[in-house]
Amino acid sequence: MLHESTQTVAQAVKTMANEPTPENIRDQELYRNMGVLPEEYDQICGHLGRLPSWTEVGIYSVMWSEHCSYKNSKPLLRKFPTSGPRVLQGPGEGAGVIDIGDNQAVVFKIESHNHPSAVEPFQGAATGVGGIIRDVFSMGARPVALLNSLRFGDLESPHVRYLFDHAVAGIAHYGNCIGIPTVGGEVVFDPSYEGNPLVNAMCVGVLEHHELQKGVATGVGNPIIYVGASTGRDGIHGATFASEELNEESEEKRSAVQVGDPFVEKLLLEACIEMVKKEMLLGIQDMGAAGLTCSSAEMAAKGGVGLEMNLDLVPQRESGMTPYEIMLSESQERMLLVVEAGRENEVKEVCDRWGLQSAVVGRVTKGNRYQISHQGALITDIPVNTLVDDAPVYQREAKEPAYYAEFGQVDAYEQVKEVDPQAAFYKILGSSNVASKRYVYQQYDHMVRTSTAVRPGSDAAVVVIRGTEKALAMSTDGNGRYVYLDPEQGGRIAVAESARNVVCSGAEPLGVTDCLNFGSPERPEVYWQLSKAIDGMSEACHALSTPVIGGNVSLYNETNGQPIFPTPVVGMVGLIQKREHITTQAFQQAGDLVLLLGDTKVELGGSELQHLVTGSISGRPPVLDCETEQTLQAALLEAIRQGMIQSAHDLAEGGLALAVAESAMSGKCGVRVDWKNELPTIAALYSETQSRVMVSVRPEDGAEVISFFRERGVPIHEVGIVTEEPTITISYNGQVVVSDSLASITKLYEEAIPCKMRASSMN
Amino acid sequence: MRFAVPIFPGSNCDWDCINGVEDVLGEEVQPVWHQTSNLDGFDAVILPGGFSYGDYLRAGALARYSPVMESVVNAANEGKLVIGICNGFQILQEAGLLPGALMQNDHLQFRCDFTTLRVENNQTSFTNQYKLGETIEIPIAHGQGNFTCDPSTLKELQANNQILFRYAGTNPNGSLDQIAGIMNRNGNVLGMMPHPERAIVDWMGSADGTRLFTSMLQAWKENQGAA
Repeated sequence: MLHESTQTVAQAVKTMANEPTPENIRDQELYRNMGVLPEEYDQICGHLGRLPSWTEVGIYSVMWSEHCSYKNSKPLLRKFPTSGPRVLQGPGEGAGVIDIGDNQAVVFKIESHNHPSAVEPFQGAATGVGGIIRDVFSMGARPVALLNSLRFGDLESPHVRYLFDHAVAGIAHYGNCIGIPTVGGEVVFDPSYEGNPLVNAMCVGVLEHHELQKGVATGVGNPIIYVGASTGRDGIHGATFASEELNEESEEKRSAVQVGDPFVEKLLLEACIEMVKKEMLLGIQDMGAAGLTCSSAEMAAKGGVGLEMNLDLVPQRESGMTPYEIMLSESQERMLLVVEAGRENEVKEVCDRWGLQSAVVGRVTKGNRYQISHQGALITDIPVNTLVDDAPVYQREAKEPAYYAEFGQVDAYEQVKEVDPQAAFYKILGSSNVASKRYVYQQYDHMVRTSTAVRPGSDAAVVVIRGTEKALAMSTDGNGRYVYLDPEQGGRIAVAESARNVVCSGAEPLGVTDCLNFGSPERPEVYWQLSKAIDGMSEACHALSTPVIGGNVSLYNETNGQPIFPTPVVGMVGLIQKREHITTQAFQQAGDLVLLLGDTKVELGGSELQHLVTGSISGRPPVLDCETEQTLQAALLEAIRQGMIQSAHDLAEGGLALAVAESAMSGKCGVRVDWKNELPTIAALYSETQSRVMVSVRPEDGAEVISFFRERGVPIHEVGIVTEEPTITISYNGQVVVSDSLASITKLYEEAIPCKMRASSMN
Repeated sequence: MRFAVPIFPGSNCDWDCINGVEDVLGEEVQPVWHQTSNLDGFDAVILPGGFSYGDYLRAGALARYSPVMESVVNAANEGKLVIGICNGFQILQEAGLLPGALMQNDHLQFRCDFTTLRVENNQTSFTNQYKLGETIEIPIAHGQGNFTCDPSTLKELQANNQILFRYAGTNPNGSLDQIAGIMNRNGNVLGMMPHPERAIVDWMGSADGTRLFTSMLQAWKENQGAA
C-alpha cells in the first residue's frame, strides 16, 4: 500500500487521543468518509512517505475536493480564454481583475453556495454572499455591487416556496447589513431544480492599480496573522459536502453549513481596506472553502515557501476543538494575512480600532513543509505543493445522452402552433420566470452607496464610479433549458446574452466570471454536457473578446440521482465611458419609433411558451451565430454612444411580445406595435431567436438609425411607435393580437409572484 | 456651516450622507468616530443609516449608549440641527430625543423602494424649501420602519405639527398615521425613515432630497443672521 517516497521523510506526527490511528484509517478505509478514493489515499501516502494522520487526511480531502482543486473540470476549463490586454489578474486568485483606465480596475467573481442553501436556505444563501464579498476585498478592492443568480423548483411546491423565501431573505440580510447594494441578477423556476436549488452570488469591486493584493506568503520569518471571527465547529467539511450529490442524508449535514455575521464582515472589510490603503500587506487571503487549511496552504504554495502554524494561537469559539476541527472549520468572516516582520502591531492597531480580533498564528518558513502544531505536538507535516499542485486530475468519460438525438427529430413549433397568440401573451406574462421579480429585489437594498444609476428590473444594472464619468454595467445570465437541449448552443447563448444585456445599457463588455452548475461529472452524459457547454462558452468569449477571469465550478448538483439542468451562469461586467451613454429598457417618450434589430426565425425549442404549453421542453434551442452577435453588439454600442438610442432591450424569454410589454411597463408609456412579416404569428411574437434587440429612437432620427444599422450589416425592422395613451396594442399582419391597458398588464406582471407566495401563508 | 456625520462600525450610509452634503451644499462635513464624545464646533449632525453595532438586538438599542450619542444629545439640547435617517431615526428614538418606536415592517420583509411622501409642514428648519402638501419621491430601505406610539403622543405630534412627512402612496411598512418622519417639539431634531441622500441627482431616480439639505442651510443662515 505504501508508496516509495518522493519527498524527504519529515518528523513523526502525533495522533490525537480521540482520533483513529493512521493504521485504522488505512485498514478500515476511513478516508472514504471524507470523499477520498483509495487511489487518492495511496497518492497521499506517497507524498508523505508514511501513513497520514486523521487531520492530514482531512486536509488532503478538502484540498483535493472538486470545490478547491477542480480535479474533474480542470482539463475543460483550460479551453476558456483567460487573458487579454486589459486583464490584470486572471483565474487563480480570489477574484479576477480588469483595467478600466485612469489607473482604476474592476474586480469581480461569482460563486455558488448551492448545497448549503438546499439544506439551510437562509444561512446558506447569506454566507454565499459573505464569501464572495471577501473574495473581492481580499484583492484590495472596495466592493460596490452584488448580484445573484437563483434557480428553484416550481413555486407550486410549499417546500420550494420555503427555499425561495428564505434564500432571498438570507441574501437580503447579509447584503443589506454590510451596505453593498444588490443591484441585479435573475431568478428562474423549473422543476429540475426542485431538490437542488442554485444560489450563485456575484460581487463587483473597484480598486486603484497599486492597491491590488495577492494571496501569497513571502519572506521567510514573516508573520501569518489571523483576523476576524473566532473559529467554531461550523461548516466543517463544507467543501467536501459541496462536492457530493444531495440525498436523504444531506439534512444530517446541516452542520456543514456556516452561520454568517454580516456585522463582523463589515468590520473585517473596513479593517482590510484600511490596511490596503496603508500598504501594510504582503499577502491576504480569505478563509472561505476549506477555511484555514486552504488559505494557508495556497498562500504558501504560491509563494514557494513553507509555513508553520500553532493552532493554540487561533482564536476559538469554544474550548476542546481538535486540530482536525480547527483546520477544517469554515467559520465565516475570517482572513489570513502575511505582513513584514515587525509590522504586527500596526495590524493589531487597525483591528483593535474596528473591534476585531487578530492573532499571529504562524511564520513563513524556508522550504516547502506545511507544519501545524497543537498543544506542543506536531500534528501535520506535509509538502505544501502536493496539496495545491498535485491534486489528482480526472479526464472523465463523455457520452452524448440519448435524448440529444431524439430531440433532433422534434419540431417545437408543431407543438405550439395551434396556441391562441393572445392567450399565449397572458400566460407568458404571468409565468414566474417572466413576471416581475420585484418581490425579490425590493427586499435587497439596491441603492446604498448612492451609485446605482440603473436599478434592478432592466437588462443590466449600472453603478457609477464616483469622481469619474465612468460607470459599470453588470448582468448575470444562463438558460439551463437551452443548455440541456444543446449544451454548445446554450453555452454560447449564456455568454452572448449577458454581453448583449450589458451592451444594451451602453457598456462595452469587459470580461466574464462564470459559475458552472452541473450534475455529477462521473456520469458520462453530464460530463458531455459540461464539456460541450464549455466549448460553446469559450467560442463566444473569443468572439466577443470577453475573457473568463475567474469563477467557480459546482458539480454534483443532483438529488436522489437526478441531475439538474446543466446551468452555466455567466456574470458579465461592462464599462460605460460616459454617464450620458447609460441606456435602459424603458421607453422614453410618446412618438418614439420602436425598431427591432436582428431577424426572427421559427425558434421555439426550450422557449417559455413551449414549457407553458407542453409542461416540458424538447427540440433544439435557438441557434447563436457568434459573428452575427458580434456585429449586432458592436453596432448597437456605437449607436448608443452617438446618442441615437432612447431605449434598448434584449429579446429573451417570451420573445418580441414580452420585450414590447416590458419596455412599455418600465417606461410607463403605451405602445402600438404593427408589424408585418412572413412568419406565422406565434413564431413572430414568441420565438426566442438570439441576437435581437428592440430599440426606440426619436422619430426624427428614424431614417438615419435605419441606414446606420443597415450599413453595418444589422437587419432592422420598424415595428411600432411609443404612445401617449397608456395601452399596449400588438398587431401582426393587420390582426390585433393584444390590446389592453398598461395598468392591467402591469398588474398581472407585478402580481404573479406575490400571488403565488401568498399561497404559502395558507398552508 | 459645519456638519458632523457620526460613524458607528456598522453604519453604511455614512459616506452617502457626507457626499450628499458636499454635492448639494458644498459645505464642510466631517466623519466623526463613534468613540468621540465632543461635537463642539459643528452646527449640525446627521446620524446616518446602517446597522450601527449589527442591530442584532433592537435597532439602535446599543448605539444609544455610545460616547458619540452623549454629544449628540448635548448638541440637540443646545438647539443645533440634528437629523437621523433610517437607523439614525431608530437611534434618536432609543436616545429619547424623539418619541415613538419603529417596529418590524408589517409585512415582515425588508423593503427597498422609492416612496411618495407628502410634505405636511414646510415651516421647519428641515422643510422650508418645500411647498406645503407637495409630494416628493424619496427611497426607503429598512426592515424596521413601522412607526408606532401611544394615542396621546400621536395627538401631540399632530397638534404640534411635528409630523413632517407622511407616505402619500401605499404605506410601505404599516406606520401609524402613514408617518415617515417626525421632529421634536423644539423643531431642531428630525427623524425619518426615507433617505433624502439617495435622491439628490436625476440619475438616482429623483432629486427631491436636495431641498432637505438646502432647507437646513437656509435655517442655519437665518439663525446666524438673527444671532
